[in-house]
Amino acid sequence: MSFVEPAVTAEIPLLKIENLKKTFSIPTSLFRRPLTLTALEDINFTVQKGETLGIVGESGCGKSTLGRCILQLIAPDEGKVLWLGQDLTELRSEEMRRKRQDLQIIFQDPLASLNPRMTVGEIIADPLKTLRPDVSRTERRARVIRMMEAVGLLPEMINRYPHEFSGGQAQRIGIARALITEPKLIVCDEPVSALDVSIQAQILNLLSELKDEFGLTLVFISHDLSVVRHVSDRILVLYLGRIAELATGEQLYTDPKHPYTQALLTAVPIPDPKKARERNIVALMGEIPSPINPPSGCRFRTRCRYAITKCAEVIPPLEEISTGRLVACHRWKEID
Amino acid sequence: MTNVLDVRDLNVSFALHDSEVHAVRNLDFSLHAGETLAVVGESGSGKSQSFLAIMGLLARNGRATGSAKMGEVELVGMAPEKLDKYRGKDIAMIFQDPMTSLNPSLRVRTQLSEVLVKHQGYDEKKALKESIEMLERVGIPAPERRAAAYPHELSGGMRQRVMIAMALLCRPKILIADEPTTALDVTVQAQMLDLFKELTTDFGTALVMITHNLGVVAGLADRMMVMYGGRAVETGAVDELFYDPRHPYTLGLLSSTPNPESRAQRLNPISGLPPSLEHLPPGCSFNPRCAFRFERCFEERPPLAPYGAGERRKACFYEGELLPEERSA
Repeated sequence: MSFVEPAVTAEIPLLKIENLKKTFSIPTSLFRRPLTLTALEDINFTVQKGETLGIVGESGCGKSTLGRCILQLIAPDEGKVLWLGQDLTELRSEEMRRKRQDLQIIFQDPLASLNPRMTVGEIIADPLKTLRPDVSRTERRARVIRMMEAVGLLPEMINRYPHEFSGGQAQRIGIARALITEPKLIVCDEPVSALDVSIQAQILNLLSELKDEFGLTLVFISHDLSVVRHVSDRILVLYLGRIAELATGEQLYTDPKHPYTQALLTAVPIPDPKKARERNIVALMGEIPSPINPPSGCRFRTRCRYAITKCAEVIPPLEEISTGRLVACHRWKEID
Repeated sequence: MTNVLDVRDLNVSFALHDSEVHAVRNLDFSLHAGETLAVVGESGSGKSQSFLAIMGLLARNGRATGSAKMGEVELVGMAPEKLDKYRGKDIAMIFQDPMTSLNPSLRVRTQLSEVLVKHQGYDEKKALKESIEMLERVGIPAPERRAAAYPHELSGGMRQRVMIAMALLCRPKILIADEPTTALDVTVQAQMLDLFKELTTDFGTALVMITHNLGVVAGLADRMMVMYGGRAVETGAVDELFYDPRHPYTLGLLSSTPNPESRAQRLNPISGLPPSLEHLPPGCSFNPRCAFRFERCFEERPPLAPYGAGERRKACFYEGELLPEERSA
């Protein structure tokens, strides 16, 4: 890569999220006040250069909103998104556009995220055209071909249209488009959820190869704990818009501290019949409450078998229980 | 072992404007009383269409030939009015999205009791009482209140429970579940899988679980049938197929699936893409993606032949053991 990389030191992480909050207003009727849905609250974490941070949670936990807030595709209500120390929420749109070279995103539905009227070559070149007008046409085309090769697409497909591609190939196009500006960080929002198992594995392997090849940092959002485990160095568990736990993959899967993480892990189906039969599933009662009217105190308490009176009264703070390991539970010490 | 369903040489095709697509070919299998059979495959493998054909629910341009016998009753080619005597009573099916299967303008209790009035000849009162008992049985809290609700007032998990309750009202011998947990969150999925296990044991219902998720198969099924390109490629007990797969596609599916218990450095995906049903390669349909292929695979199609003792069958000419390390690709 040609540009000079600013030094990343331990004090300045690549990405730091501080006290992030995002609410949405839900209109009810013409004469009533709209309802407020709190999608994210008290979100604090850092992403170090070169790591893959997994973000897991069930529907409505705010994981996709968080991904979009990182890229400023959605403006957070409060809090900071610090990119190498610089707060992205304060940038003007023109400055933010330039930053988009460094931060890119890959979406879940590969075909829906590609413009059907553009050729593959045009789609992949598009971010470069908008964000780097200084790059010449010949250079642009050369880079498009290089990217197509990197993601496993044949360069002769350059003039084809998206509908001619399968889901897995379309996701490769989406990845090539994200990579063409030589970003430092890519937010992957459920990148393999819409794909068949055999294709899912191809894309996961591709992402890990590209990460090494281009020195990428990934924020990998998924509801699938097996997939997240496979790709992530550290994992952030969200529940109804709040962080439940943050730990390394190893810590989280072998010694989960938050009761929600524990329940989530035992609920994941294991593709091994003997182990699956032996396993004692701690079935979680009920379903996720509505984020419009979340429970008081700890948001998980309505489904938690360890809940006590305190859990309904006080929101558990996100505690650092060992270096870099965060848990938001009043009773994590007792329930080990 | 008694069979509740015997399918022989089932073929499903769809007429397009100037051609015909074969979605299912030469499908042969039996479903034993009370067992859980998982039908596994990726999009386009024919796993859903096979069972829609058996249920007489193919799209208008679809055509099924062959045989699917439930005891002495031949389901393929039966007139819809006649099928209605069996559907919902002896054989029931539930789908991925309960919202599209429930009538949005009727209360849950109306939809449930209708089944009993129609099939069992119950009066309204008895039908309602039994419907509410069934809602309770599938784990719906406050069943009377929920019975009075409309489908949109229920959560996704609750709706799927209502569907299961409805399917089980007449204690069918066969329940076909087409990706019933795919749209649900993982904690709710775990509840549903538990429920399936409990109910099939209690009611002695044979369950066909159509899924792409091998984790679901491992936890729930007794036997499995793997489909590829419209055909069954391997069938057998779940443990046999998981620990000693004999079709390269089964092996490929297994090694493509990340295991939450271990973080492998690399998954071993199947190379290439699933076939287009309109342009299947000659010989074995899996040959373009197979690491074990040899000449014969391009010349002949391997039949689904018995393998080893018992009921195990595979459609592959390769005779060696399939070890991931041996794979050349």
